[in-house]
Amino acid sequence: MNKNLLEQANYIKEKFPDVRLEPLQNDNQIIYVSPKQIIEVLTFLRDDKELSFKTLLDVFGADMLGIRNPRFEVIYVLLSYKLNNRITLKVALEDGEKLPTAVPVFSAAGWFEREAYDMYGIVFEGHPDLRRILTDYGFEGHPLRKDFPLTGYKEVRYDAEQQKVIYEPVKLLQEFRKFDFDMPWEGTNYKQNKS
Amino acid sequence: MNLSPLNQDAILNQTDQDNNRGFVTAKLDELVNWARTGSLWPMTFGLACCAVEMMQSAASRYDLDRFGLIFRPSPRQSDVMIVAGTLTNKMAPALRKVYDQMAEPRYVISMGSCANGGGYYHYSYSVVRGCDRIVPVDVYVPGCPPTAEALLYGVLLLQRKIKRTGKFKR
Repeated sequence: MNKNLLEQANYIKEKFPDVRLEPLQNDNQIIYVSPKQIIEVLTFLRDDKELSFKTLLDVFGADMLGIRNPRFEVIYVLLSYKLNNRITLKVALEDGEKLPTAVPVFSAAGWFEREAYDMYGIVFEGHPDLRRILTDYGFEGHPLRKDFPLTGYKEVRYDAEQQKVIYEPVKLLQEFRKFDFDMPWEGTNYKQNKS
Repeated sequence: MNLSPLNQDAILNQTDQDNNRGFVTAKLDELVNWARTGSLWPMTFGLACCAVEMMQSAASRYDLDRFGLIFRPSPRQSDVMIVAGTLTNKMAPALRKVYDQMAEPRYVISMGSCANGGGYYHYSYSVVRGCDRIVPVDVYVPGCPPTAEALLYGVLLLQRKIKRTGKFKR
């Protein structure tokens, strides 16, 4: 098979007519897949002799609050050694919508999905051990959600009377100040692909 | 020494002149402080990039060994804890536990902006706003990260502090 990403994308589109192809940007092919189909598509990409996307590089979430509807996205990045390129799958999710786990297809997905669950509260059904992975034990909320306050809800302090580290509501001596300088380098303008 | 009755009288006389000022205990304090400042064994508590700078100060160029500082992997054998880096909420109970396991007298050097007051992560949901919320700190070393010289100076300040305020009895 040709290494051309468009050809690969069209090849996938033939097999799964329901997927939506994004226009090719910066040598990156993004394919939107519905939550019901994701496991099927992942299995196909892995097992197909032509494509052979055998490595799951990353799974992560994104919160598009106020930018896109549905709000959440789960992004899968796959690598094919045969074709020497990567491909990106995206799944759009409503808040509270569940997604089947990718662990039976790629065992590497286990901790990635735990991270996505920890940071965004996206539940992966059938995950063997869906606990938080990075935040504190007993942490409340999902910190990378756009509506999560920067400073969180709890802070820690050692209490001399109880002889242990205790949790208290956050009390700031000075509120967070955003110094909104007009930074000329803020935001990246990528070259638009004319093809 | 010949402790004839006459000599004993002389010693007692001398003691009276000193007016029971605690001559002997004062000298022991100095001796003990000298020993303590000369062998401050730090507990290695590297949490972030500051830890790399701490390693630098222990390496051949600055060579903390010259001041009797030998890094120990165990809190039981150490006198000072260098908190080098960002202290997160999740790490805080562990830090306190390690501090509690250290034998008295124990000292803490807070190294870098993050350990001093949260630094860059002051408003973060997961970072302790200064390690002095968890353990009592003796010396704060500013910087992000502080240079190896800065940490060395912090250690020298701690030695001076022990020399000045150290007591045999606590």
